[in-house]
Amino acid sequence: MSDYNFAYLDEQTKRMIRRAILKGVAIPGYQVPFASREMPMPYGWGTGGVQVTAACLVPEDRLKVIDQGADDTTNAVSIRRFFQKTAGVEVTEATAEATIIQTRHRIPETPLTEGQIFVYQVPIPEPLRFLEPRETETRRMHELEEYGLMHVKLYEDIARHGTIATSYDYPVRVEGRYVMDPSPIPKFDNPKLSGNPALQLFGAGREQRIYALPPYSQVVSLDFEDHPFVASKAEHDCDLCGAADSYLDEVITDDQGNRMFVCSDTDYCRGRRAAGQVGRLGGEAA
Amino acid sequence: MYVAVKGGERAIDNAHAWLSQARRGDPSVPELSVAQIREQMTLAVNRVMAEGSLYDPDLAALAIKQARGDLIEAIFLIRAYRTTLPRLGSSVPVDTGEMAVTRRISATFKDLPGGQILGPTFDYTHRLLDFTLAANGSEVADVAASLAEPAEGVPHVMEFLNKDALIQAELQADGSVPDLTREPMELPASRPLRLQALARADEGFLLSLAYSTQRGYGRTHAFVGELRIGAVAVEMEIPELGFPVEIGEVELTECETVNQFTGSRTEPPQFTRGYGLVFGQSERKAISMSLVDRALRWRELGEDFTGAPAQDEEFVLMHADNIQATGFLEHIKLPHYVDFQAELELIRKLRRETEQGDLAAEEQP
Repeated sequence: MSDYNFAYLDEQTKRMIRRAILKGVAIPGYQVPFASREMPMPYGWGTGGVQVTAACLVPEDRLKVIDQGADDTTNAVSIRRFFQKTAGVEVTEATAEATIIQTRHRIPETPLTEGQIFVYQVPIPEPLRFLEPRETETRRMHELEEYGLMHVKLYEDIARHGTIATSYDYPVRVEGRYVMDPSPIPKFDNPKLSGNPALQLFGAGREQRIYALPPYSQVVSLDFEDHPFVASKAEHDCDLCGAADSYLDEVITDDQGNRMFVCSDTDYCRGRRAAGQVGRLGGEAA
Repeated sequence: MYVAVKGGERAIDNAHAWLSQARRGDPSVPELSVAQIREQMTLAVNRVMAEGSLYDPDLAALAIKQARGDLIEAIFLIRAYRTTLPRLGSSVPVDTGEMAVTRRISATFKDLPGGQILGPTFDYTHRLLDFTLAANGSEVADVAASLAEPAEGVPHVMEFLNKDALIQAELQADGSVPDLTREPMELPASRPLRLQALARADEGFLLSLAYSTQRGYGRTHAFVGELRIGAVAVEMEIPELGFPVEIGEVELTECETVNQFTGSRTEPPQFTRGYGLVFGQSERKAISMSLVDRALRWRELGEDFTGAPAQDEEFVLMHADNIQATGFLEHIKLPHYVDFQAELELIRKLRRETEQGDLAAEEQP
């Protein structure tokens, strides 16, 4: 496609985004304002991630796009096609083979490696937003490291429910400084944020923010000594590949209340089955 | 057995094919041309240009056709196209005093230099369905050529009040033009940036906000000092030439409100202004914009913040863009089952604990 520049964005725009990324890398967890462009897909559908990916892509890259952990969900397909069309880069579904991975709502089960760039799509980058709706206020709270409100919220959860009632989009603290929104990943994925060898980049298009976790950043999920953070998942094994350690989707299989649990990470599940692992229903469903 | 979630690619292709069929409608009915939309759906074209922030009637008409008449979708198409265009520079500020006026009314003076010109307006039409239009009765009323001629050199009403210092003087901007499509929005915003955001804001959102000020949520006592519609020349300074050159013409609607003002801690009693400027014939939007602009000026004029939504800059500017709003609103139809699964587990856990708590309570003697 010759009508548009490589990876759609013009080079000036990419340079502006790369500067924001570099600033983000220099100040882990800090939300850098950037002049987000109007993309040919709607705000809220990954425009931030798409702009970050576009600014990072080079022709030699191999791109993987997942949504809900899966390569074949409609929006993942749409974004992957966008880059196939505008950048002509190679694509893959294998986590280990990708050089750039764009994601919505999941971190793959296969550990990321050095040199990989992992791009998150972020709807609301501000972890304090639902405690304080004003951006002018929340920016000041970050400046002053004023995170008491967040701890009060978590404490109130415990007082009311006996546990912290946040199951995804679970707030973290980066390198002992900024409280950061990890995007709506399930809290099961939170431990993977910390000490990760890959460069993790977060793009929020509509909210015009980019932030970053350089490789091996220390990322701590907020908790209390007597109520430590617990990464949770459905208490089952994958019905297709038998994995006990992967995040599971619950699939309703009939109107009699029957259901099965399958890996949300389709690449991981396929890899295990190819290696001969079989779950409870793996034989009939495969 | 296993509900297939595979096949996203084929599903998308099929959906797009179906969409193109649905767009065309019944093939026995002649297809609309872009020119027909441009000429006969002019006000829709104007809205798409205004909120798309791109003055191009042909592209706006094409976008309306492609979007099956969904104007927000059409605006989105224009925005996504516009963002790829190079920015060559800024024009010289357009001079609306030199507008070739097709409509110009003032609600504050019975008569005034330049006169009241109703122009092609729906005002005073009786809203009765015209069944002759349905029957293709395309009888077009005659307008005397002399009347349909735009009026030139019509002075601004505000200047009359300005001479007597009865209306607050506008501050001169320092000449640099902010561009919210190139810089991230920072708050608090300057008035030029605010006006820029309002000019591309959703018409319905501005209308409701403006209406809320009329009903008492941040009341500003507005009169339409002047509303004018017409074509203005767009000029650009060409560095090699050293003087501005006309590069085209755009149709604009300009609204200036005169607002009653009894003075504040910092300002003497005088009239104050609200300002609206929109591409094309977009009266409702221009009037709404000027009311919201005036409501947002409370700080500058030393008024009280009453907590009204229309006074709240962050609330107004962060929620006025319909492309941002519709994208984020509609994204909740994308798959969220990973998060939903996490919520399911949490609810099950909380319920289990509550039930166990209830059982334990029952067992107590």
